[in-house]
Amino acid sequence: MNLVDFPAMSRGDLRDLRIGVDTAFRDFTRAYGETLEQMFHPIQVLLIFIENLLIDSPWILVLAAISGLVWALSRSAKIVAGTVIALLLIGYFGMWEDTMRTIAMVAVCTLIAVVIGIPVGILMARTDRANQLITPILDMMQTMPSFVYLIPVVMIFGLGKVPGVIAVVIYAVPPVIRLTNLGIRQVPADVLEAAEAFGSNPRQKLKDVQLPLALPTIMAGVNQTIMMSLAMVVVASMIGVRGLGQPVLQAINNQYFTLGVMNGLAIVAIAIIFDRATQAYGKRLQKHLEAEHG
Amino acid sequence: MAEAVHDIQINRLYKIFGPNGAAHVADVEAGMTKDELKAKHNHVLGLDNITLTIPAGRIQVVMGLSGSGKSTLIRHINRLIEPTSGEILFEDRDIVKMSQTELREFRRRKTAMVFQKFALFPHRTVLENTSYGLRVSGLSTREAEERARRWISRVGLDGFEESYPNQLSGGMQQRVGLARALTNDAEILLMDEAFSALDPLIRTDMQSVLLDLQQELRKTIVFITHDLDEALRLGDKIAILRDGRIIQQGTGEQIVLRPADDYISSFVQDVKRGHVITVRTVMRKGERADTPVTLPVTALLEEAARAMTDADINRANITGKDGSHVGMITLKKCVAEMIAPDDREAVDPEAQVA
Repeated sequence: MNLVDFPAMSRGDLRDLRIGVDTAFRDFTRAYGETLEQMFHPIQVLLIFIENLLIDSPWILVLAAISGLVWALSRSAKIVAGTVIALLLIGYFGMWEDTMRTIAMVAVCTLIAVVIGIPVGILMARTDRANQLITPILDMMQTMPSFVYLIPVVMIFGLGKVPGVIAVVIYAVPPVIRLTNLGIRQVPADVLEAAEAFGSNPRQKLKDVQLPLALPTIMAGVNQTIMMSLAMVVVASMIGVRGLGQPVLQAINNQYFTLGVMNGLAIVAIAIIFDRATQAYGKRLQKHLEAEHG
Repeated sequence: MAEAVHDIQINRLYKIFGPNGAAHVADVEAGMTKDELKAKHNHVLGLDNITLTIPAGRIQVVMGLSGSGKSTLIRHINRLIEPTSGEILFEDRDIVKMSQTELREFRRRKTAMVFQKFALFPHRTVLENTSYGLRVSGLSTREAEERARRWISRVGLDGFEESYPNQLSGGMQQRVGLARALTNDAEILLMDEAFSALDPLIRTDMQSVLLDLQQELRKTIVFITHDLDEALRLGDKIAILRDGRIIQQGTGEQIVLRPADDYISSFVQDVKRGHVITVRTVMRKGERADTPVTLPVTALLEEAARAMTDADINRANITGKDGSHVGMITLKKCVAEMIAPDDREAVDPEAQVA
C-alpha cells in the first residue's frame, strides 16, 4: 500500500468541483449582482459625500474641524497640537487630498463597523448560544487572508469604493464585536442584581447599567477597529480604493522608496491621531474610577 | 410615606439548585437530607420547607452561618431567585405566580433592597444612584432627584450628592445604599447582610441609623445577618436558619432564654444577656416592693441593674405599658440572670471541658 502519497481526489474531480462552485457563484453574481449593488449604493453616496466635503472645503476649515473633533474627544492640548502639526506636514508634502480620501474611508468603515458591531456584541453577551455561534465566524474573518474574500466581493461589485468598504469592514469589525461582548459580560453581577432588584426591565438594564459600564471596553474595540481599517487601506487600494494606499501600491510596483515611506508615514500619522484621540476619550469615560477613596 | 400594613406569608417554600430541582422536592419532603441529595442526585438543597410569617412594620431578622440559605431566602421575596415550589403571599397575591411584568412592577413599588457589597452603580453619582429606583419606575428626573435629595440628607450625606461611590468610604457607600432603598418608599425593605462589610464601630452606627429610621417609617424589614449581636439588637423577630431549614424562630429574648437545640445554645452562650432579656421575663409577678425605683416591663436587665445601683437600692417596682403596677424585681435576681442561667452546668457539662 502506498503510504507516501496522500489519497487525494483525482485532478479531474477536483477541477470539476472548482468549476462547479465557480460557475454557481458566477451565476449567482449575474442574477443578483445588480440588486446587491443597489442595496449597497447608499454607502457609496455617503462615502463620496464625506470625501467631497473634506476635499472641496477650504483646507484651513477642515484642519480646524478635525482639530476641534480631536479636542472634543481628548480634551488634551498636546494631542491637538500634534494633530495640527501632522496635518500641516501632510499637506506640505502634497498628500492632503489622498489623506482626506483615506480619512473619509476610515470614517465610513468605522461607522458601519460600529453600527453592525455593537448590536452583534450585545446579542453575543445576551445568549451563550449566539456567543458560541458567532465566535468561530469572527475567528474566520480575522484569520482568512483578506485577498481571499476580496475575490467574491470584486466578482459581485467590481472594482471601486463599495467593495473596498466591504472588505475593510469584514476585516475591521471583529474587535468591536468581541469587546462589546466582553465589556457587557464583565459588568459585576452584584450591580446587575441591584438593577434587577429595583425592577429594571432588560432594556433599562442594558441602557443604564451594562452599556455605560462596558463603554470603556467598547471604546477600546472601536479604537482597534479604526487601526485595522487603516491597515487595510493599502490592501483595499488593490481593488480601486483611492487614498494613501494607492501611492504605496504604486511605490511597491515601481520600487519608489521615498514615495512609499512618505505615504506610509502619513498613514501612521493618521493612525496615531485617531488612536490617541479615541484612547483619551475612553479614559475620560472612566472618570468615576479615578478618585479612589483613601 | 408607605407604612407597612401587610404581612409577608411564606408557605412551604423549597429551593433545590440543579438542572432538575422540581423532580426532587418529593424526596426532600419524604425526609432526604441535604447531604444525601447532593450525593445521590448532585442537586443542592437551598431551602427546605420554609414557613414563616414576616410581620408588617417590624424587623424580621433571618440569621444563620454561611451556606445556611439565608441569602437565598431573602432573594425569594423579590424573586431574584426562582423558588422550586411553595408560595409567598403579600397583599393576597402570590409572588411566585407573578408574570415578569407584574414582578417588575412589584419590585418597583413594593420592595427595595440593600446589599452586602453595596452594589452601587459606579458610573453614577450619589444622587443618580439614589434616584435610580424612581427613575426606573418612570418618574421624571426632577421629581426623582428631589425625593432622593431628602433621603441623602436623612442618612447624613449632605454635600456628597455629586460624588461617585468610589470617592466614599465603605460606611458612606452603604448609607448611599440605604438612601437608594429608602427613596423607593416601598413597604418592604430587604437587607442582605447590609452591615456585614463594615467596621464594627461604623456597623453599630448604621444599626442605630436603621433603628432610628424604623421608629418613624415602620417598614417591613427583612434583615439577614450572621451576627447574633446584630440580630438581637435589630430583630423584633428572629428566625435561625441551618442547612436551609428554620430551626427556631421567636423574639431574641425567647431564643436566648430557651435555645431550641445545642447548635443554637452554642450560639447564644456568649451573648450579653443583660442586653437582651427584659425584666418582664424574670420579675416576680404581682408582688410589690417598697422602693422609689420604678421600671417599665420593657427595661433590659442591664438598665434595671444600673437604675437600682445608681439609686443604691436593691429592688424595683415594674409597671406595664399603661403605667399600672405589674410586679417587682430584686437586684440579686437581676444580676444572677445577667451572668448565667441558673441551670447552665446542668444543660451541658461537656461544653466546659471542650
